[in-house]
Amino acid sequence: MNKIQGRHFRAEKFDFWSFFFSGLTGLATLLILGILATILINIIANGCQGFSWHFVSTIPKKDFFDIKTTGVLPMIVGTTFRVLVMTIFVIPVGVITAIYLTEYAPSNSFITRIIRAAVNNLAGVPSIVFGLFGLGFFINFIGKNLDVLLHNSSAVWGQPALIWASLTLAVMTVPVVIVATEESLKAIPPGLREASLALGATKLETILKIVLPQALPGIMTGGILAVSRAAGEVAPILFTGVAYYMASLPTHLSDQFMDLGYHVFVLSTQSPNIEQTRPILYATVLVLLVLTFALNIVAIIIRSNIRRKMRSLH
Amino acid sequence: MPSSHKETRRTPGWMGIHRGHKARPLEWLAEKFIFLVSLSTILMVFLIFIFVAREALPVFFGQTDTALVSAVIPPAEMDKHSPAELQKYLELTPEQFKAMDKDTLKTLMDVKVEAQNDIPESFRNSRDARLNTTEWRYLLLPHQWDDYKKPEYIWQPVGQIKKFNIIPLFVGTLKITLIGLLFAVPLAVGAAIYVSQLARPRFREILKPTIELLSGIPSVVVGFFALLVMATVLQKTFGYETRLNAFVAGIALGFAVIPIIFSIAEDALTSVPRAYTQAALALGASRWQTAWQIVLPAALPGVFAAAVLGFGRAIGETMIVLMVCSASVMSWSIFDSARSITTTIAAEMAEAVNGGPHYRILFMLGALLFAATFVSNMIGDFVIHRFKNKLEGKR
Repeated sequence: MNKIQGRHFRAEKFDFWSFFFSGLTGLATLLILGILATILINIIANGCQGFSWHFVSTIPKKDFFDIKTTGVLPMIVGTTFRVLVMTIFVIPVGVITAIYLTEYAPSNSFITRIIRAAVNNLAGVPSIVFGLFGLGFFINFIGKNLDVLLHNSSAVWGQPALIWASLTLAVMTVPVVIVATEESLKAIPPGLREASLALGATKLETILKIVLPQALPGIMTGGILAVSRAAGEVAPILFTGVAYYMASLPTHLSDQFMDLGYHVFVLSTQSPNIEQTRPILYATVLVLLVLTFALNIVAIIIRSNIRRKMRSLH
Repeated sequence: MPSSHKETRRTPGWMGIHRGHKARPLEWLAEKFIFLVSLSTILMVFLIFIFVAREALPVFFGQTDTALVSAVIPPAEMDKHSPAELQKYLELTPEQFKAMDKDTLKTLMDVKVEAQNDIPESFRNSRDARLNTTEWRYLLLPHQWDDYKKPEYIWQPVGQIKKFNIIPLFVGTLKITLIGLLFAVPLAVGAAIYVSQLARPRFREILKPTIELLSGIPSVVVGFFALLVMATVLQKTFGYETRLNAFVAGIALGFAVIPIIFSIAEDALTSVPRAYTQAALALGASRWQTAWQIVLPAALPGVFAAAVLGFGRAIGETMIVLMVCSASVMSWSIFDSARSITTTIAAEMAEAVNGGPHYRILFMLGALLFAATFVSNMIGDFVIHRFKNKLEGKR
């Protein structure tokens, strides 16, 4: 660094240290891209071998380490089911909070700042703590009390279940929806709102009929990002609903379920022979990645469109 | 809410007469509803704190007990003790105690004596069997257990005598997190400088979202990749003994943290006013000199916040560490295995008896983790907030 300062005053055509350090940061960028590419290529190349229609449409027997009879249908169904139930809860809460923060909240009031701090904090809470919260609050508090209220003789709600896993994930992904919706709401030109208000529409009407339709792509992005984040998370569902093995598909909200991410964890840490299960493992990872990653790419494309639109406005 | 279009048909005069919420009751209601829903985020943070802490409280107040051998009250001496003492000794609630007659109590006391007699002889004389291992001094300080030559830090929650020293877990967490950050921060900040300052605009548009794609890879997939591919490659390169160790876990953790640090640092660097850059370039500085000496110092709080938020994410990451290394060894060497707090919770909660001492201590670890990330998030957000205000000249 001293050397740079020494040369600082000379107007050089070619500065070696500038070139060197620029190259270094470029290398860092390349390395990150390399890591990303290596992971993706490794998984896609190896995953295609074990991947087949049979694999994604079979309910496996108890011993799912056997290549010939195994399948991931219950895991795909379980993951999809828990994520869908989650969206029902997370989208309304997230969108309404974002509407409050952008349209109604006084910009620097105490309560607004607390809400923002809470949202930021929620985004940073470790996923395993959400798992503990799900166990302590949803199962041990709400579920057990629900069982007492309904006079269930055995535990129906006071045990790990799909609904509790979904609710835990909903709490976890609320910030994702809020941030994405807020971004798209801010991208809408204020003139649009003013025009609507000037024509005599109330604030609520303006929001419902003018602002929200415009913000729809952003809200969708938020939903997709939340879904893709939740689909890949394993830690929060460890104690709130996932099952090691189930012979049938989940049919009720109080059922446990099998899950793709958890299945990847089980296959890679508890396999009796890792070399033999390698193809199944790679294929399962590929299915999980397709589910989460494809969604992510869609979200990023929509989002970059919104950002471009926003930049052209300001 | 759909019924709100009725409002439009109301005459302006009607609105002129009534003011406040009476003018548009539905609109007023909807506004309050929106406000209440948005308060739910505060409620969620609050509930997380309350319910994680609630399950851990008995540990904080010393109400858990793991002592196997305890003083026995012979049933014959029952009358010498007060009812309160008996109730505590038999571990009954006051209601249960009242509902029982003397014979039932006597039977219970017999059961208690028999349970003590069932403990193997070798065990009854052991010092450790009399200890309540959930006391703070056993949780935090080294203790010389039977069969050990010197006081040691041991986390061993299974077996006859449960050892709950949490220091090895702290060391493991710190070790893995620091390795991860040492790997991730330079890379992510370097890339952020390159993307925001040095790359051509057309590249920038592609590079940023591409690097952020890394955050779309689920942590269980990163863990799987580290376990199957990276562990072998790194072992061949560095030639250490244990295949799965804190080093591999740290690097894999770095993969998960890079996109967060990159994204926040890049935002901070980009938000430095263009006038700074243009002035430096006009004075004859090279692009690198401008980036390093002008833009980076101006954006330093933001970059620092990025690292702090990355730290918060790193100590909370579970699946990667759970898959890559999990033995709890008290060691500072990065090539030894290590077990983090998150891993411990994830791996042991299933075995822990609901409401038992082990369960309580795992919840206590969760509460500590929550507190740690809460503080690092607060610091990160505060710094970013100040930084943004300063750049906008608000102060």
